[in-house]
Amino acid sequence: MNWNWLLPEPVSTFGSEIDSIYYLILVITGIIFVLVEVALVVFMVKYRHREGRRAEYSHGSTRLELVWTVVPFVLVMVIAWMSMRVWLEAKVADGHAPADALSIRVAAKQFEWNVTYPGPDERLDTADDFVKTNQLHLPVGRAVRIELTSDDVIHSFFLPEFRVKQDAVPGMTIGVWFEATTAGEYELACAELCGLGHYSMNASVTVHESEAFQSWVSEEGGQTPAVETPAPPDTSAADLEAASTTPPSGEDHSSHQPASDGKERA
Amino acid sequence: MSHAAAMSASRPMEGMKIYNLKLGMWVFLLSEVMFFSSLIGAYIILRFAHPEQWAEPNTVLNVPLTGFNTFMLICSSVTMVKAFAAIEHGDQAGLRKWLIATIILGAAFVGIQVYEYIKLAQHGFVPGAAAYAAEGGPLYGSTFYTMTGFHGAHVTIGVLALIFTAVKAFRGKYTSTDYGGVEIMGLYWHFVDLVWIILFTIVYLI
Amino acid sequence: MSTVPVEVGHPSVQHWAEPGHRDDRSFLRKYVFATDHKVIGAQFLFMSLFFLLVGGALAMLIRWQLGWPGTPIPGGAILGEAKAPGGIILPEFYNSLVTMHGTFMIFFAIMPLLVGVFGNWLIPLHVGAADMAFPRLNMASFWTAVPAGLIMLSSFFVTGGASAAGWTGYAPLSAVPEYSGVYLGQKLWCISLIVLGFASLMGAVNYITTIVNMRAPGMTWMRLPLPIWSLFITAILVLLAIPVLTGALILLLFDQTIGTTFFLPPDGGQPLMWQHLFWYFGHPEVYILILPAMGIVSEVLSNGSRKPIFGYRFMVYATIAIAFLGWVVWGHHMFQSGMNPYLGATFMTSTMIIAVPSAIKVFNWLGTMYRGNIHFHVPMMNAIAFVAMFVIGGLSGVFMASTPVDIYIHDTYFIVAHIHYVLFGGSLFAIFAGIYYWYPKFFGRLMSPLLGKIHFGLTFVFYNLVFFPMHNLGLDGMMRRIYDPNQYEFLQPLQPVNTLISVSALLLGAAQLIFIFNFVWSLKAGKKAPANPWNANSLEWTLPSPPPHGNFTTMPTVYRGPYEYSAPDRETDFWPQSEPPGTRTGGRREEVHA
Repeated sequence: MNWNWLLPEPVSTFGSEIDSIYYLILVITGIIFVLVEVALVVFMVKYRHREGRRAEYSHGSTRLELVWTVVPFVLVMVIAWMSMRVWLEAKVADGHAPADALSIRVAAKQFEWNVTYPGPDERLDTADDFVKTNQLHLPVGRAVRIELTSDDVIHSFFLPEFRVKQDAVPGMTIGVWFEATTAGEYELACAELCGLGHYSMNASVTVHESEAFQSWVSEEGGQTPAVETPAPPDTSAADLEAASTTPPSGEDHSSHQPASDGKERA
Repeated sequence: MSHAAAMSASRPMEGMKIYNLKLGMWVFLLSEVMFFSSLIGAYIILRFAHPEQWAEPNTVLNVPLTGFNTFMLICSSVTMVKAFAAIEHGDQAGLRKWLIATIILGAAFVGIQVYEYIKLAQHGFVPGAAAYAAEGGPLYGSTFYTMTGFHGAHVTIGVLALIFTAVKAFRGKYTSTDYGGVEIMGLYWHFVDLVWIILFTIVYLI
Repeated sequence: MSTVPVEVGHPSVQHWAEPGHRDDRSFLRKYVFATDHKVIGAQFLFMSLFFLLVGGALAMLIRWQLGWPGTPIPGGAILGEAKAPGGIILPEFYNSLVTMHGTFMIFFAIMPLLVGVFGNWLIPLHVGAADMAFPRLNMASFWTAVPAGLIMLSSFFVTGGASAAGWTGYAPLSAVPEYSGVYLGQKLWCISLIVLGFASLMGAVNYITTIVNMRAPGMTWMRLPLPIWSLFITAILVLLAIPVLTGALILLLFDQTIGTTFFLPPDGGQPLMWQHLFWYFGHPEVYILILPAMGIVSEVLSNGSRKPIFGYRFMVYATIAIAFLGWVVWGHHMFQSGMNPYLGATFMTSTMIIAVPSAIKVFNWLGTMYRGNIHFHVPMMNAIAFVAMFVIGGLSGVFMASTPVDIYIHDTYFIVAHIHYVLFGGSLFAIFAGIYYWYPKFFGRLMSPLLGKIHFGLTFVFYNLVFFPMHNLGLDGMMRRIYDPNQYEFLQPLQPVNTLISVSALLLGAAQLIFIFNFVWSLKAGKKAPANPWNANSLEWTLPSPPPHGNFTTMPTVYRGPYEYSAPDRETDFWPQSEPPGTRTGGRREEVHA
């Protein structure tokens, strides 16, 4: 591991913006750290007791108090102000995510991630949706909007290199968005204690070049979902037929329409 | 060294002129405000999140009976005030009489509340229904019983404390210059009454 | 009614110490069901040090698993098959370990050490009173805390083991046994903390009443020693925050037992509501854990530098500001929780602002040492270490205060580093400073300065080796509460660091044996302590070591603040608060330290 305080290379569009705020804070706090600790050591040496020495009888300095009230206040306000824009873009922009963002549903549960892809038609809750467990596939250079849910306890959807982290809360559907900049293999981690299997709730993340992503989707979309996910009891052709003719249930995850893998979602 | 000698120091002490017991009780009541606020706050959050789980109070709860109960509790605050006024003037008999009245009214309040709980339970309205009950949802019962239950517990403790105070009164332990125990009992009792007025409004009336 | 006669309601009849009068209370009255604040302080000390060891032992187990994953612990058979078959810790037991380590350390070690021990020891003596306002309530407070601790300990021994939902107890994991695998243990966790809450509230009522009402003549607010200001503000925080935790715990306990659904989403419950309630308590709680420590540090730094505290008034204002602002920052624990991001933005602002009063305090401590005449006695070393380490902890806080940066570092080891820099580097070093400083007064014996310095040096080195690298672990993305990071490819390269930390942790634990030995051995074999070994100014140093029951034979009168060191035209460099004016030369010098 690196003993420097550099962050791993970011692979999302707002990742580098988050990193610049981090580095700004690192520089400011680093300078303060050095100044304070050096002063401390210097004082310990210079003002140590020696025979005949007497301390200065001073009760303080109002002017200095004001200086070291105003300066830290200004510094933190600058940091807060610069952080504000990046924060609102990363978290609130979900409501303003690009219209062509790819929608994907991620359902966290003890102890796996079930990812519902919209299939070639790129619309969720249609017949060509399919589910993968512990496999997150993403296109490079395109905004992705994730609908994050949980089936049981609070989990947390953590993509370190993407600088994405969002708690998955049962009873809530939370939007998360980002845009990957670099193709490659990454890992998805759970970052909220969720029970005994919390430590092994990892999933693979593959960022494809765009054509590769399209072909992956068509390949997967064509296959029977039951092959990929933990086998539910008889996903018959009749079930698939029923799923494709039932109208989409929209945002309501408490509906009892079976998802395309035949599994009920709470 | 005697108390009197200790108190005759060169200058009066620096503290506020509210004696220890009274200051202590006020401080304690502040913590009780926070406690009930957390319960009421939870209720408010849940009710806004799921208003559909709340039934009209009249369809579930016995509002007239509880209204009468509220009136009794307010009367008990009046009797408490009278008890305190009595001992301020050194009226031992008055103190004893009004303390007994307060105890009776307080105990009656608890009794009626227990009766109401039993009646509700018979109708199937318990803290956590396994499925949505006919009247209201699980959150309704959860918040109703938690808020009124803890208030009832505070009244019960208050009644016990009143009995303890009454026993001391019967033994002549309070005088017109030494009535702190009665005064702080009154403070607690009025607080419990005030909390009930708030709870009655938000639970039974809206 | 206007003025109430002083006799009404039995204002605490101060039982001043009576010279030559034999104290004929029974052993039970004196040492077990004691109402003397000094004894209660010692009781809290023994209880808390015990739980500090428990918390430390749990930490050693955690570090064993992280340092050598899947390796049997020597002597691990004692843990039993349910928790560690073959001496190898199970994941579910690991989750209990991290939960209970945090729970014991925060609630049963640091909080009672700072509030229970130093509150009891210092408040009556520093204000010039014979005892607390409500001595019997004080006794009740201790004897309520003990069962709470026993209940918490017992949860290890029930089926399903102890709570495993984190010290933060997030629902629904904590509310539903099927999710966590813990049944009775989780309920015991709730009950224990509810009971402990009562103990804390009793203490808060007592402290506030005593400080407001029982200050001796001349002891104005602005002449109070800073530990008392800190304890006063802390008591107010306890008073207002603990009841909210109690409420939250009751709601959780009801979800676990009587079928309510406060936090259970299928029935309309709101998991985020648990977090709001918990952190509304939880953030003031962390200031409860640091403010008394800051007060102790101010006291010791001023004494060790032989110089008045720099900016007394501003120290008071900063303390009040921290306490006040501490109520409006709780959401910074919830930035990634699904809470409305706009709300997150407001919490970011308030959190950034609260850095300012802490900064003021650090600069004032530096200002106290500047142009001082610094004596490096053992308490002073620990106090200086507090300043150095708290700065790191505070600065690391700025990173997580920035919501976008927090996206990356939330729930990673960066947070763990921050927590431990403020709680160990901060609070615990201050506690050591306070124990070394006041031990002579309350136990009548001097601790060995040599052992004290060795303990300090080893602790300081190993402590930094343990916790500083955790910043880097977090920046590399290592999550918290992870039984086996090697499950993740991107975390596998970090194993050597975890092993290094674990080795240092074991050495850190071993170094504490020196402190334990010094503490216990000095009780009987230490040199007898004089009244004022540190040549300090506050009222306790005018009394014998230890002070008699009732403390002062006559109520003292105070003429000046507690930090009048190195005043001109005096033979000595200290000036006791109760020394009458016009006495030019002051007390005898009783230097004691090496």
